[in-house]
Amino acid sequence: MQYLLQSRVALRRLPFGLSDVAVILGTLCLIALIAKIGSGALVSFAPPKNVPSVDLDARNLPYYAARSSLRMFIALGASFVFTFVYGYAAARSKYAERVLIPLLDILQSVPVLGFLSITVTGFIALFPGSLLGLECASIFAIFTAQAWNMAFSFYQSLRTLPQDLSEAMAAYRLPLWQRFVRLEVPAGMIGLVWNAMMSFGGSWFFLAASEAISVLNQSYTLPGIGSYVAAAVAAQNMHALGLAVLTMAITIVVIDQLFWRPLVAWADKFRLEQSASADPPQSWLYDLIRSSHVRQVIGRAWAPIGDTATAALSAMTPMHGERAVDAKRSGVVDAAYNAFVIVVVVGLVGLGIHFILTTVGFAEIGKVALLGLTTFGRVALLVIVCSLIWTPIGITIGMKPRLMRILQPIALFCASFPANFIFPFATLAFIKYHISINFGSILLMALGAQWYILFNSIAGGASIPTDLREMTADIGATRSLRWKRLILPAAFSSWVTGGITASGGAWNASIVSEVVTWGQTTLVASGLGAYIADATGKGDWPRITLGVGMMSIYVVVVNRLVWRRLYALAETKYHL
Amino acid sequence: MSTTAPAAQANTTPLVAVQDCSKSFPHPEGKSQFTVLDRIDVTVSRGEVVALLGRSGSGKSTLLRIMAGLIPASSGAVLSDGKPLTGPNPDVAMVFQSFALLPWLTVIENVELGLEARGVGRVERTKRALKAVDLVGLDGFESAYPKELSGGMRQRVGFARALVVEPKVLFLDEPFSALDVLTAENLRGELDDLWNGGNFPAQSILLVTHNIEEAVFLADRVIVLGANPGRIRGEVKIEIPRSHNRNDERFKKLVEHLYAIMTNPTMAIEAPSAPAAAGGKEPSKSPYAHALPHARAGAISGLLELIVEHEQSRLELAKLSERLLLPIDNLLPILDAAAMLDFAAVNDGVVTLTEIGRDFATATILRSKELFGRQALIHAPIVATITNTLRQKEDGSMRADFFLDLLGDYYPKEEARQQFETAVDWGRYAELYEFDSDEERLSLSDGAREPVAVD
Repeated sequence: MQYLLQSRVALRRLPFGLSDVAVILGTLCLIALIAKIGSGALVSFAPPKNVPSVDLDARNLPYYAARSSLRMFIALGASFVFTFVYGYAAARSKYAERVLIPLLDILQSVPVLGFLSITVTGFIALFPGSLLGLECASIFAIFTAQAWNMAFSFYQSLRTLPQDLSEAMAAYRLPLWQRFVRLEVPAGMIGLVWNAMMSFGGSWFFLAASEAISVLNQSYTLPGIGSYVAAAVAAQNMHALGLAVLTMAITIVVIDQLFWRPLVAWADKFRLEQSASADPPQSWLYDLIRSSHVRQVIGRAWAPIGDTATAALSAMTPMHGERAVDAKRSGVVDAAYNAFVIVVVVGLVGLGIHFILTTVGFAEIGKVALLGLTTFGRVALLVIVCSLIWTPIGITIGMKPRLMRILQPIALFCASFPANFIFPFATLAFIKYHISINFGSILLMALGAQWYILFNSIAGGASIPTDLREMTADIGATRSLRWKRLILPAAFSSWVTGGITASGGAWNASIVSEVVTWGQTTLVASGLGAYIADATGKGDWPRITLGVGMMSIYVVVVNRLVWRRLYALAETKYHL
Repeated sequence: MSTTAPAAQANTTPLVAVQDCSKSFPHPEGKSQFTVLDRIDVTVSRGEVVALLGRSGSGKSTLLRIMAGLIPASSGAVLSDGKPLTGPNPDVAMVFQSFALLPWLTVIENVELGLEARGVGRVERTKRALKAVDLVGLDGFESAYPKELSGGMRQRVGFARALVVEPKVLFLDEPFSALDVLTAENLRGELDDLWNGGNFPAQSILLVTHNIEEAVFLADRVIVLGANPGRIRGEVKIEIPRSHNRNDERFKKLVEHLYAIMTNPTMAIEAPSAPAAAGGKEPSKSPYAHALPHARAGAISGLLELIVEHEQSRLELAKLSERLLLPIDNLLPILDAAAMLDFAAVNDGVVTLTEIGRDFATATILRSKELFGRQALIHAPIVATITNTLRQKEDGSMRADFFLDLLGDYYPKEEARQQFETAVDWGRYAELYEFDSDEERLSLSDGAREPVAVD
């Protein structure tokens, strides 16, 4: 740390030198690297004869990690584009909003992994004879794990734009394009970057699951770190597995340092408060780039192009004032629109039910509902047990600033580490000690989900005001009274946030946790996740539809009945 | 020095005008409408400074936004330089109460914003922005971010951003009210000097304010707005040479006159066109329609205690406002409440305590509460009705929704909520009823069970 500080000061003093060289070299290396890795995605692919395989030679690991990372970043780019379009449309048009926001709510709750079968078949058909189809399917799976959160965050920030700024933009008649880049995107930037970072971390899990999958009785392998793990499991190669875990850890740390830290440090300037933040996020790379002159040179070169583009886009999006609405006419349009939406939704649901009833029958629905109940029991148990263990620990850490500064990044790291990399080790233990997968799968689901509860509890502990803590000490409250009256209520809303995320993650993880393999041994638990995984492997469309639909219903219902209410309580009564 | 600084031009078309303009918002349930502005006529001509003076709830900011084309009027015409307005008015630039600066842009980038929106090229833009920054005294701060500046400096950026586009009319929406007293005074003086200097980048100024002195100091004409619904009560011409000297006897007279007008909603203003306010007793209304002034019981008590210490328990409003460093806009609801409860009377800008008011201000806390409760039951119909309704219930308790719904028939949603909160505050203070915010229930206090005769 001391060293970094010194180097930062030194870098500032140099007029044109080290920092510029570093930035230029770094950029060139990055471009070369992307070109090299990207070309791998275009190789020919003609199943079943010509299928890319994964080589367990450890020297290939950096390349595989890079291929996987490239997928992650392409998905992230797509998520940003989606976020801007979807969030903007939902916030700008009340008609779009009425469909897009409930849809987003459902998309957030649907198990992403259940869709892999649909998307893989679709994308392979789109790009025959090329690996691009599989690449796209994998990228799409990652995209679905990132995009919804980000879109929601952007929509929220658009809806809560400060009124005075919004009015000022109108008063100075900024064209919509300028309003977008000057106000709307910057105002949502901090939330968007944080959400993107969290979603990016969470989506490693889906990357690992989507690189090596069997869909419709076909096994597909896409070169990457996830498929490396799958190959190591098939070959029962502990050594390779260990190396893959290490590589994954390094990759996460490198991406954090080179991408997310600088981005978070940069986004801090979009803080809406008119006062400087007390503890702004730091990044050595951001400082390096800022101290180099390359930035100004590029800025100056870009200015004419930027001005032309701005002028053109502004001309296309003139600003119109708010018009008086004819209440009667808009009422009629409203009613017609609502009726149309209801007809479409009812039609789609009816079609789905008809499809399921005519193929698998009514009895199957009951059976799947029971399986759902089993998985629900696992998720509930997991959230309760993890809360009991991690909440007190997290809060205690959060209340000690020095401890927190060390442990919070570690908790964040654990949350982004794809838990499915650890699954094989756990599976091995289950086999060895004869642990039933029916209980073991809870542990597997918890491997990923528990960290959300931990780091939200840390945040909750840190948010307890010092004066309140001093007050409880001052009146001589006992430890148990302090926890009951101050600490637990104060950290409640953080716990709710952690709980929602953990339970969502656990539902998704059930699809890969209820069926695990080691070599030739496969352990199957009884549950909805295993049901979906099985149907996906066999390509049984009616059962895939039924399973995914049932899981979505469970998630949506639990969210409405439990989490939404707890959230409301947190927002009102336990709001600090 | 003439009363109009820049040379008046032959063209007599008003720069901005609203004609017979009303604004109403629909109730959330869509049953009825809530009128904010009722048949307003205002014109701003070349070379004049006009102030719109009104209390909160008079819709003065809404009127400004209609004239700026930011929100559409429900009926009536808005003319800009004689042409009907559709969308944001290109002839005006606005300075906001909260400054409304983009925190991620530097001072100069913020100032350039309006020019950029008009498609002015980069070189020209920077040149004009630097000139404007210079004009408002922000030299050397061009590359600073707003968060590095004090409130006064931020508002200077707000002025520079407005002046750089050389609008025909400069709109000021309470531009000094978010600043501390000294900073506000300083900025006000500089604006006045700039205007009197004759090179002002705009041809007219329209100022919205609740500060009486500010209006008299800056304006050539003060238009007084009345509340509920907002309407024009009349106009006071400030016929003293610019710059208006605060120590001038005429200045003081005008300020006193305006104080008297503002504290007496039914007083007619001796302007030829002023409509006579409806006098005498109003037809009987639902108790819920008698709005409570938004003042906390504690604030009412505090104010009365302050006044009772003075000779004959009377105090001039201007002095009171000055002493408390409380803008008149915040002071008035408290006075209204004191007057409603018959604790005090306001006449010609002087507050006098009544017999009961003196008793209230000097009694012990328990006796004070009792007095407050008695007065509230007599003079505050909402409080009385809530108490009576609760008394009629066997368990003495009701859901808050019940009263909120009833209030919702007379006020827009937010106002209904505030009326309810004020009623809860008064009732709690007087120990008439209690409010459980977890269960959202009102219940009768033990001491308030037996009915008290209410006339």
